[in-house]
Amino acid sequence: MLKIDNMDVFYGQVQILRQVSLDVKEGEIVSLLGSNGAGKTTTVNAISGILPVAKGSIQLSGQEINKVEPHVRVEMGLVQIPEGRKIFPTLSVMENLEMGSYLKVPKSFRKESLEIVLSMFPVLKTRKNQLAGTLSGGEQQMLAIGRGIMSRPKLLILDEPSLGLAPIIVDDIFDVIRKINGDGVTILLVEQNVPQALALSDRGFVMEEGRIGLSGKGKNLLADPHIKKLYLGL
Amino acid sequence: MTMSFVFQSLLNGLLVGGVYSLMAMGLTLIFGVMKVVNFAHGSLIMLGMYVAYWSVALLHVDPYVSILIVFPVLFIIGASFQKFLINPIINAPEHNQLLLTLGVSLFMENLAVFLWSPDYRVMKTSYAEINFYIGDITISLVRLLAFCFAMLLAAILYVVLTRTDLGKAIRAASEEPRGALLMGINIRRIYLISFGIGAACAGVGGAAITPFFPVYPYVGWLFVITCFVVVVLGGMGNILGAFVGGLIIGLADSVGAMFLPGSMKSIISFTIFILILLFKPTGLFGKNHA
Repeated sequence: MLKIDNMDVFYGQVQILRQVSLDVKEGEIVSLLGSNGAGKTTTVNAISGILPVAKGSIQLSGQEINKVEPHVRVEMGLVQIPEGRKIFPTLSVMENLEMGSYLKVPKSFRKESLEIVLSMFPVLKTRKNQLAGTLSGGEQQMLAIGRGIMSRPKLLILDEPSLGLAPIIVDDIFDVIRKINGDGVTILLVEQNVPQALALSDRGFVMEEGRIGLSGKGKNLLADPHIKKLYLGL
Repeated sequence: MTMSFVFQSLLNGLLVGGVYSLMAMGLTLIFGVMKVVNFAHGSLIMLGMYVAYWSVALLHVDPYVSILIVFPVLFIIGASFQKFLINPIINAPEHNQLLLTLGVSLFMENLAVFLWSPDYRVMKTSYAEINFYIGDITISLVRLLAFCFAMLLAAILYVVLTRTDLGKAIRAASEEPRGALLMGINIRRIYLISFGIGAACAGVGGAAITPFFPVYPYVGWLFVITCFVVVVLGGMGNILGAFVGGLIIGLADSVGAMFLPGSMKSIISFTIFILILLFKPTGLFGKNHA
């Protein structure tokens, strides 16, 4: 579904990513792990088209999308739920969800998608007329995920969905990710919460200083001594 | 000072305030969406007035039908301005944007001098003579119509922004451009449309007052300064704030005109401006911490 080959990305003069290669197959959950500043968010922003790719290629379903505009990538089914949620605070919960289905095709499925999202997150239903900025952190994350689902993604990228949330809410969010995947959506999950992310994932990639350091099956990575030392404190 | 004089002044202030509201809504929309302070807004008002004036003088259309010409013409001018001049510097520091919009404003004014001479031109219309009387109070038809057309467009703008997907996308893009982009909203298109609408609000505001206000190349400055006061009063980027702010400043000016010599009537609105900047820089409706 998604294939990245030897991608270099710069911020101005500074090279952030070096020869990043990763792939996500249809139906998988793949996690992208690493500490702060390793280049995870830069990677997904390059995938979404917010940052230009200096070298290498990004392919979506076999088609190179390096030069495709960000909003067209969304049309192609590549949807990112960004770090920090980026919901629209003075729009109501309902309006936020509607904006998830702004594009033509998602719009024609707006009613169906709304039902799916509201049954997935009943709390959003009770707050649908409230301004999104008044929601709690966990609810905002649910709204951001719900808004992403409204776009009818084929590949959903979640950038640190657990960031700043209480452990019990994090469990809910991970359950939801599993459920979305069960509905046929391919997932690329960016996380610092390594054990939980790997437990959920088919495969994982570990980034260090702008490169992919390790990759492999979720359970193999969990057992890897290097990972244990770095991220699990074992 | 009689009661009817007071009511007369307040009425005139309210009627012109409605026009300020519309012009300022355009300015605040442009700022809210693009974070660009548009010093060329006055020139867009001026162009709207000229388009209305020439439509009446050359095409012999009704002054109020000319508004239907002004809206699309100014929309296209605004959208082109955005696409070719604002867009290349959209991420530049504010002072660069300021210099650009100010430069464009000077260019447009001098172009108007070149094309149409610096003469004051007065639209000839039979409407200007018509007045209604309620007791001692005179209501001028052209002022009333200017108010009504401004309110009508302001109401349409409000409905578009709150009820349509395009309007919600404009609000979404102004709050969280990154989030909007990731939802597939074409930000550049939203910028284009917002600037077009903002320019059209300026132009229609200008066109609405042309039946009773002379047109000349520098006329925009009379209004744009007031627009900035209104926008700051209502909170920069706040559409509803600009609407209410316009009415307040219109009334404040009329109160000023009651007590002060004509050349000093703006003292009250500028005093409000300074007080807002000092004590509530986010505007009447802004959050304190923003």
